[in-house]
Amino acid sequence: MCLGVPGKVLAIDGLEATVDFFGVRKLLRLDIVDEPVTVGDYVLNHVGFAIRRIPPSEVQETLALFEQVLKDAGVGDLMAEDVRGEMRAAPEVKEKA
Amino acid sequence: MTDTIGEQLEQLKFRDPARARALAEALAREVKSIGRAPVSVMHVCGSHEQAIARFGLRALFPRDLHVIMGPGCPVCVTDMPEVDEAVALAMAGHRIATYGDMMKVPGSVKSLADAQGEGGTIDVVYGMRQAVDLATAHPDQEVVFFASGFETTAVTTAAVLMSGVPKNFSVLSAHKYIPPAMEIVAQMPDTRIEGFLAAGHAAAITGAVVFEPFVKKHKVPVVVAGFEPLDVLAALVKLLELVKDGRAEVANMYPRVVTHQGNKHAQEKLWTVFKPVGGRWRGIADIPDGNLRLRDEWAHVDARKRFRIDFSQLWDHAPSGLAQRCICGDIMAGVRQPSDCELFGKECLPESPVGACMVSSEGSCRIWHTYGGVPDLREVG
Repeated sequence: MCLGVPGKVLAIDGLEATVDFFGVRKLLRLDIVDEPVTVGDYVLNHVGFAIRRIPPSEVQETLALFEQVLKDAGVGDLMAEDVRGEMRAAPEVKEKA
Repeated sequence: MTDTIGEQLEQLKFRDPARARALAEALAREVKSIGRAPVSVMHVCGSHEQAIARFGLRALFPRDLHVIMGPGCPVCVTDMPEVDEAVALAMAGHRIATYGDMMKVPGSVKSLADAQGEGGTIDVVYGMRQAVDLATAHPDQEVVFFASGFETTAVTTAAVLMSGVPKNFSVLSAHKYIPPAMEIVAQMPDTRIEGFLAAGHAAAITGAVVFEPFVKKHKVPVVVAGFEPLDVLAALVKLLELVKDGRAEVANMYPRVVTHQGNKHAQEKLWTVFKPVGGRWRGIADIPDGNLRLRDEWAHVDARKRFRIDFSQLWDHAPSGLAQRCICGDIMAGVRQPSDCELFGKECLPESPVGACMVSSEGSCRIWHTYGGVPDLREVG
């Protein structure tokens, strides 16, 4: 009951939206959400109500925050050594002759 | 199709193992630089424990960091007399609709599941609108929606009531309000909590601002956190950073969902329909302003006003002796953990719960029973 699940708005009819949750379509009420919601937006579903429109720019903002706390904590860049090793080891892509 | 895959990858950014390791490393550094051990912080949301247990995050936490589970499950803190009210209404022949988690929560003598076994009509619904549909489909019956959940869920109850309901529909509110409970926990002498992780979806409604008076009063930081593994880890790093610097502030690490002021539109609905009143949270304490009850203007849809609730039918057998050995209250107050309970995984199981913490998918005991509490991957290698 406590979960909030993000989904993508496919259609809107008045205060009701059809929302896709990774392949499952549900009807959600839009009474509570405090911003205009349009088709293509992501919304957070809580017991059949959209409680928040999630702007894509703010997803980036959260990711940037992660980088910031790491920087503040003095941990180097985020790319782990094994990933970097992988990249070093991978053959370069060459144009076909 | 590419679109969907791209978006799923976007979601996976919040589960990226490389970032998780880097954040775990940052956690270890912060704890070390605080320079005293252990450091205890508390989350107040069952969904945070879900994320921690499901993704095995405790194995990444430094040993000197104690992440304590607070009273973060609204089902678990529903008090026995509240369950008794719902059971009594069911036994009196009314139709009860409620969230699935509420079925097995023990009352003084019976749960709603017991009442159903004895002939009561109880419907499990996903959301309150389905409960309203039941009332429309059964105009000859009184349908009572037994409403539980924190402020996020209470807002949906308010919205449905404000949009109008059939005459044979009413609400029995067991909704709870989190901020006052944090006050009580912060004052408990046995729990020395140096910082709190606040529940992201409750804060989506109230805004991060709701914790400002709390941090000033108790001189501890609060970090609003989301529910993906990286959300939890990053919020903990931020929290420890604030602890280290002695900064009693509110930080928002879940800005994709939570704003400073919250959802004003939802707050307006919440406080139009509900008022905060004092009352018991099961196993914890009397929490001033911790319960959300319908305002007098909504008496016509308040089951407590509509019916004279008769408890006499409930006491046809004695209450269980096991319940007295349940330490659910101590667990939610952060003093003990599920593995400290002698009933855990023995007499108390998800199929036959003794305490409410084993009932709900948000309950600490249920989560630890499902996923294991502290996976020690270091010993595995």
